[in-house]
Amino acid sequence: MPANSWTPDQPIVAIHDLHKSFGALEVLKGVSLEVMKGEVICIIGPSGSGKSTLIRCINALNPVDSGSILVEGQEVNDPAVDKLALRKKVGMVFQQYNLFPHKTALQNVMMAPLKVLKQPRGEVEKRARALLTRVNLEGKEDSYPGELSGGQQQRVAIARSLAMNPDVMLFDEVTAALDPETVKEVLVAIKDLAQSGMTCILVTHEMGFAREVADHIYFTDRGVIVEHGPPATFFTESSDPRTREFLSQIL
Amino acid sequence: MEGATTDLPVLRPFRPVARGGPADLGFSRWLAEMPPIALLGFAFLACAWPIVAAAQGNFTTAQAFDALWRWMPFLVSKGFALNILISFFTMLTGTVAGVLLGLGQVSPLRPLAATCWFVTQLFRNSPWLVLLFIVMLAFPFEIEIAGTVYLIPDWTKAVFGLALPIMANISEIVRGGIQSVPTGQWEAAESLAFTRGQTLWQIILPQCFKRMIPPWMNWYAILTMATPLVSLLGVEELVTLSRQAMEAEDNHPELLMPFFGFALVIFFLYCYPIARWTLRLERRFAVRQ
Ligand SMILES: Nc1ncnc2c1ncn2[C@@H]1O[C@H](COP(=O)(O)OP(=O)(O)O)[C@@H](O)[C@H]1O
Ligand SMILES: [Mg+2]
Repeated sequence: MPANSWTPDQPIVAIHDLHKSFGALEVLKGVSLEVMKGEVICIIGPSGSGKSTLIRCINALNPVDSGSILVEGQEVNDPAVDKLALRKKVGMVFQQYNLFPHKTALQNVMMAPLKVLKQPRGEVEKRARALLTRVNLEGKEDSYPGELSGGQQQRVAIARSLAMNPDVMLFDEVTAALDPETVKEVLVAIKDLAQSGMTCILVTHEMGFAREVADHIYFTDRGVIVEHGPPATFFTESSDPRTREFLSQIL
Repeated sequence: MEGATTDLPVLRPFRPVARGGPADLGFSRWLAEMPPIALLGFAFLACAWPIVAAAQGNFTTAQAFDALWRWMPFLVSKGFALNILISFFTMLTGTVAGVLLGLGQVSPLRPLAATCWFVTQLFRNSPWLVLLFIVMLAFPFEIEIAGTVYLIPDWTKAVFGLALPIMANISEIVRGGIQSVPTGQWEAAESLAFTRGQTLWQIILPQCFKRMIPPWMNWYAILTMATPLVSLLGVEELVTLSRQAMEAEDNHPELLMPFFGFALVIFFLYCYPIARWTLRLERRFAVRQ
């Protein structure tokens, strides 16, 4: 393996000509995008266009067929890739929260640093409590996921992922399963994170939110990136008819 | 799930317990719901039988029950005790082997998973008695270790014969339990850099362990009820000893219902509380889910 010569002025995630099929169904048909450190990008597009598949490839939850994904200069599409090392750098939050139901909120946050990173308990607990406070869940440390609302669970999931001190965070439609009242509290937590300089790749249907926090917006349809640009121009000057149609439906 | 719709296969709801499948508690339910009246009816039969039979001989009901009374301590301490011993060791062997086989079935190593699946299906669907005969006849009745000859008692061979179908059914309980945990749990753990082994032991198994206990107990009750099968192979458990006792009492037909009736009652008394307890645990775990 070549020496990793990545420096922070290069893209932290660089995807080039990514192809991925499930059986006969080609879901990603040559996707390329680049994310710089500290950038927030939003991926939008109709359901089934391959957004989840794309971001699940970044932390190797989905194997890819061809193309390249570099995360801090490391090739993910390489059978020899150290997946555990990759996943320590890339955190992920899911639409369905996927908290561990047999553990309290605090234990959910502490588990990976304790068992995976083998960090000392006292230090981990201090950090976990601080993270839960940061996502506005002070007082919920000892609640089980089943006792929390969807929005609260999703914020625990964000804290759980942050506890690994990742360099990049992936969010896959994290507010799509929530009641409208609780969407905002989750978006607030993500916005706070984005503004603190965390590199974020978000799949979202919240256009107002995307416009507010994103540095760059990508529009996908049927496995390709149709159009992309900074929000200021994306929403007003997008030219592709598919983008226009999608935006007219959702805005 | 707050109104979430998705076409991801991983998020589809998992199917409930299949009827007749290894996790089905049908047997415990049947046993636990047995009305007390059934026992009374049975006791009546046991008493009436010698009266009907007495028309042909001079052996009375009282004499038949007297014989049973005399033999009872022997039947329980030598016969039924062996049934219980066999059930314990079978369950122990079957559980250890079944857990390994079940974990093998969910292994990411394809050949291992396929082999474990095949072994599970083979023993789950074979008649118990055939398995028993194969083990009894295929295994030597003595082995020689370092010049000393050890006799292998028949009942230990019976343990292995019965342990095969128990192993296969427990393998299915373990596989089903693990697969009942939503795939999202695996993915969340994976994305937090847990290894597969860590995920299995620290995240998946703690969630489904409790769910596996009721079907496991259900199989223990089924097994215990099935232990008299080994009498066909000459193991001196309750049914074999009952027949020997009746022979010693000159094989009066009046003895039949009291002796075998006693066997039924004692199995019932042992398994009924287990069945009730199984259903209670099932309900309790279902509520907490
Ligand atoms: N594990 C899978 N197996 C088979 N097909 C899949 C799988 N995951 C996703 N797909 C299919 O790939 C397509 C894109 O899915 P997805 O990436 O989830 O889209 P999006 O997140 O944009 O809605 C869909 O048609 C979906 O059915
Ligand atoms: Mg999706």
